Amino acid sequence: MSTPSNVAYQVMWNRMISVVEEQAQALVRTAFSTSVREAGDLSAGVYDTAGQMLAQAVTGTPGHVNAMADAVGHFIRRIGRENIFEGDVYITNDPWEGTGHLHDITVVTPSFHKGELAGFFGCTAHIVDIGGRGFGADAASVYEEGLYIPIMKLVNRGEVDQTLIRIVRGNVREPDQLVGDIYALATCNEIGHRRLIEMMEEFGLDDLNGIGGFILENSRRATLECINALPHGEASGEMTVDGFSAPITLKVKLSIEQDRILSDFAGTSGVDKKGINCPLVYAKAYACYALKCAIAPEIPNNAASLAPFEITAPVNSIVNAVHPAPVALRHIVGHFVPDAIYAALDQLLPNTVPAEGAGCLCNFQVSLRPRTDAAHTVGARRAEVLTFNSGGAGARPQFDGLNATAFPSGVMTMPIEATEHTGPVIIWRKELRPDSGGAGKFRGGLGQYMEVGAQEGHEFDFQAMFDRVDHPARGRQGGENGAPTTIIQDDGAKMYGKGKQFVAHGRRVVLAFPGGAGYGPVSERDPELVKRDLARGYISTETAARDYGMTQQEIEAVQTAVTKGEMVL
Amino acid sequence: MGNSAIRMGVDIGGTFTDVVIEVEGKQFSTKVLTTYIAPENAIIDGLHQVCAKAGVAPSDIGQIIHGTTLATNALIERRGAKTALITTEGFRDVIEMRTESRFEQYDLNLTLPEPLIPRQSRFSISERVDATGGVLVDLNRAEVEAVADQLNAAGYESIAVGLIHSYLNPYHERMVRDVLAEKLPDVMVSLSSEVSPQMREYERFNTVVANAYIKPLMKSYLGRLKGRLEDEGANCSVFLMHSGGGIISIESAADLPVRLVESGPAGGAVFAANTAARYGLDKVLSFDMGGTTAKICLIKNQTPKTSRVFEVARTYRFKKGSGMPISIPVIDMVEIGAGGGSLAHIDSMRQIRVGPESAGSEPGPACYGRGGDKPAVTDADLVLGKLDPNNFAGGSIQLHADSSADALVNVLGKTLDMDAQTAAFGLAEVVDENMANAARVHAVENGEDLSEYTMIAFGGAAPLHAGRLCEKLGVDRLLVPTGAGVGSAIGFLRAPFSFEANRSVYMKLSDFKPDVIKSLLTELQDEATGFVRSCDATSDIISEFKVYMRYTGQGWEIPISLSAEQATLPDADTFLKLFEADYSALFGRTVDGMDVEITVWSVNATTPPEQVAQIALASDTGAATVAGQRALFDPALATVSDAQVVLRNDMKTGQTVQGPAVVTEDETTIIVPSSRQVTAQPDGTIDMTTKGAQV
Repeated sequence: MSTPSNVAYQVMWNRMISVVEEQAQALVRTAFSTSVREAGDLSAGVYDTAGQMLAQAVTGTPGHVNAMADAVGHFIRRIGRENIFEGDVYITNDPWEGTGHLHDITVVTPSFHKGELAGFFGCTAHIVDIGGRGFGADAASVYEEGLYIPIMKLVNRGEVDQTLIRIVRGNVREPDQLVGDIYALATCNEIGHRRLIEMMEEFGLDDLNGIGGFILENSRRATLECINALPHGEASGEMTVDGFSAPITLKVKLSIEQDRILSDFAGTSGVDKKGINCPLVYAKAYACYALKCAIAPEIPNNAASLAPFEITAPVNSIVNAVHPAPVALRHIVGHFVPDAIYAALDQLLPNTVPAEGAGCLCNFQVSLRPRTDAAHTVGARRAEVLTFNSGGAGARPQFDGLNATAFPSGVMTMPIEATEHTGPVIIWRKELRPDSGGAGKFRGGLGQYMEVGAQEGHEFDFQAMFDRVDHPARGRQGGENGAPTTIIQDDGAKMYGKGKQFVAHGRRVVLAFPGGAGYGPVSERDPELVKRDLARGYISTETAARDYGMTQQEIEAVQTAVTKGEMVL
Repeated sequence: MGNSAIRMGVDIGGTFTDVVIEVEGKQFSTKVLTTYIAPENAIIDGLHQVCAKAGVAPSDIGQIIHGTTLATNALIERRGAKTALITTEGFRDVIEMRTESRFEQYDLNLTLPEPLIPRQSRFSISERVDATGGVLVDLNRAEVEAVADQLNAAGYESIAVGLIHSYLNPYHERMVRDVLAEKLPDVMVSLSSEVSPQMREYERFNTVVANAYIKPLMKSYLGRLKGRLEDEGANCSVFLMHSGGGIISIESAADLPVRLVESGPAGGAVFAANTAARYGLDKVLSFDMGGTTAKICLIKNQTPKTSRVFEVARTYRFKKGSGMPISIPVIDMVEIGAGGGSLAHIDSMRQIRVGPESAGSEPGPACYGRGGDKPAVTDADLVLGKLDPNNFAGGSIQLHADSSADALVNVLGKTLDMDAQTAAFGLAEVVDENMANAARVHAVENGEDLSEYTMIAFGGAAPLHAGRLCEKLGVDRLLVPTGAGVGSAIGFLRAPFSFEANRSVYMKLSDFKPDVIKSLLTELQDEATGFVRSCDATSDIISEFKVYMRYTGQGWEIPISLSAEQATLPDADTFLKLFEADYSALFGRTVDGMDVEITVWSVNATTPPEQVAQIALASDTGAATVAGQRALFDPALATVSDAQVVLRNDMKTGQTVQGPAVVTEDETTIIVPSSRQVTAQPDGTIDMTTKGAQV
């Protein structure tokens, strides 16, 4: 076989991206975990024999990007090359060698062609339950957070390790679902493998060295071109958020140099007592994501395109938590990493990055049970309901922030009708939160209101995973701050932004999720956009007058137009 | 009322309005430029042209079947009515908040499409139904009346009503309609529980909003059309093609115009299905490639695969999630931004990318010589010898190969160190690979193996690329039927009367209630049959039953077909067996220990399929007359070969041509790769097979 032509390599690269996308779609269709099937909290990729990632599915969330890129190297080291056989499948949920917490299961499958190892397929999914205390911030160490599966063989030469399966089943709350998800992960790698082998046969390849080199070389060159087009320099940024036990400061020094960008988190707060700590792999994933969005958005993720983004952080800082720190809700800190990076990057690359946004997803879990303060109601039952929700995104240098849209996370919310089918929960409200977007030349995205109760006869524990209660998103370049998170019960009882809290029969939790911050001085905002915002009710009449300087007459003109149906765009 | 043996199909597309008349099995067709302001004008124009060709009068026409992109275009171009939404308090922003995610994760300047109805036109009322269909909060009539007064003052023309869990209990939505009917008798009202009674509020609300938004426009257009046709003497019945591949009455269409979205492509799929029936093929991949997009559809047992939700008006490079979801029964098609006009560029990884940007007709591809300086797929096709510069579109457009070569070298070749031919090869391979990937992913999603499939190609650009696509997909047989340029309009004439009714009702197999199922399916059957009966008072009506099932806890349902007996005598074990068989066909295994649930129930009522006489395949009568030779690049061999040129009109039944070859006609050119040969079948279809393969 002669060396394939440039055209053939172009076709193969396209094909490999299609292969991993098929792999990811297979996972979405077969997984049981809500977070995978409804929210896209997963990732899938193909690797060369050295464990270098060659392609990653577009479907997926940024938190898994780098973490997945590093994982296969750990698998090769732990399993040992001499023990890798055709028909094997490997597994782990190691937070430090996988993707940051025990709730992510990573499965890696070696891909053999003509009896030789050709590469690996890897995939990760966020699963429903891994035992321990359940999904939440309350653990004091990773030991309390659930079952730990070190990197090991799930399948040895075609034979499933039934001992492992029994241990898993015996340690988790939803054994059938979890085992179903583990098999779904293995199946999706198998689908990727079959399609890769078809491609190798079609193009007469014995190994992936040629195409792998082509992908990595072109990606590396393109990434370096992007980086080397930037002015060299250093800048520092920092931001403070609520944390759990105490406020957390994320501090980062960004250095743009020849052929690399270094993010150094020296000076960042130490680990928290509770489970919001972040292993370095996950912080790296989001740091890298933030930089790629701003600098090299069109270059696909692979070993070469990720390598020039280097990240360091002191051991035992909250972005480099080490074993046995609790890490279940590592996403809270991880989701703030981009805003910290952008605080620095804005000084080096003006007019590029957004203002701060809601940052971490506004997730909560509701554990429902029959009321205990009175007799059982017929039909009352226990159920666990997890929902993903978003506050407002930060305003951009040329656009308003996105309303109630996840950034940096890539996950989707679930329909409330679907949520209400999973348990006796009632979502009374889920709509935009006017006046929550920070004012500015471009307004921050609106947060949202939610109101959560239970069907008659139930009480529940509410596991809160919110931030920005005391530290709202900060405006950029003269823009104003977004509105903070608020959480309270409908009778006025106080609640906290994080942790498991009891909600009695008949009560509701009233939530207001944070808005994104504004960008640029409010005095420069286009008056037509202010009128539009007032007409739509994104801002109240009070805000229109106070923050945007609309006169009473102008306000009334807008209101009259809306009433008459004249301003309905 | 005309002659029932004379029928006319009309497809209004973005550029052309295609009109086909069929007189005793013989077809006469024309293409007229679409007249946007009054689309009926083009129809009348086309009507007279085809009547003249066929030698019949408009009054002789017995039936007109119509499909149109007008509904789709109104949604894309935001040209709908002044529309308001009434929804449950607390959920005013469902259609604006979408999925709370970004469809392109790496674009910091991403903007999301605006909802069809802005926030100030969305009104909420206190009421609430729960997930069992029970009422948690009663509807307050006075509150609805107050909203009606506001709507009246603002002059809304159309109202969508979407309440939480209304697919389980439509009572509150109907009460709202009653109040509106009293207070605002002239305003059109659409209920989500009627337009799309399916779980998931974002999709359902968006669907009812889309319906309300285009309803006044479509109702007025259909009324005018009927009048104009009558003025011209064509006072026959007019039926409309719907997105699910069947036809409904003009009245039903005016009520549920959202079901007309994608009616044109649906006609194309029916056209392909009909060809499949003529050839007795059970597994067919239809491939339609035009100027800006390519569409791919799986057709099993001569029935196009259908789906319950699709996305219209994608705003961002055809990207999934950038449009709006419409949940209605629809033929399941993959559409990608790859057509003859799709433009190529080099990205920062030095990879050739093609589409979705298109050269359009002005300036058009570089070879049109109208100032286009970026290479399009057509430019690559020309440089590779697939097109004859002097005989494109029947000779109506002179092509300039040197302009193509310049564009290919300037945009691609200089960076990649390729000459014009290699750059053209790269461009064509990338676009063919993109289409092949879309087909592969679609097949895998449906648990199908394409190597068992036959491809049917139509649309102007498809025959240029279909042969190579077959090579890439391992498909051994390709049919290019006649009339491929007006395939959708011909498809309309082959479509049955049909209507699919469906509803979300959750039921676990562990809590299987045969009585509930029986009455639900009967109700759906009555609803669906009613629509069909209104079109045809006497025909037999067949009911097709389908349920969507999954393991409890999964988010993805798979459709399971039930026989009439399984639907009338429902039994949990049978349902489980059917589900497990399909699940393992799709995913290779079943999952032990998990409960299974049914989420959606559907009944499609349809008149029986037209009896199609199967074609007797032609036996080899020798080589066709060769009109000439030309240099043709063969991508599988990566080299130029000397290809025979054959005029399609010269090919007699049974005559063959060995690849490499080009078979030309006015509308398109069929490229026969070196690995393939073609035979002319008795109906004029060009039948392409792998040399030496048993098909």
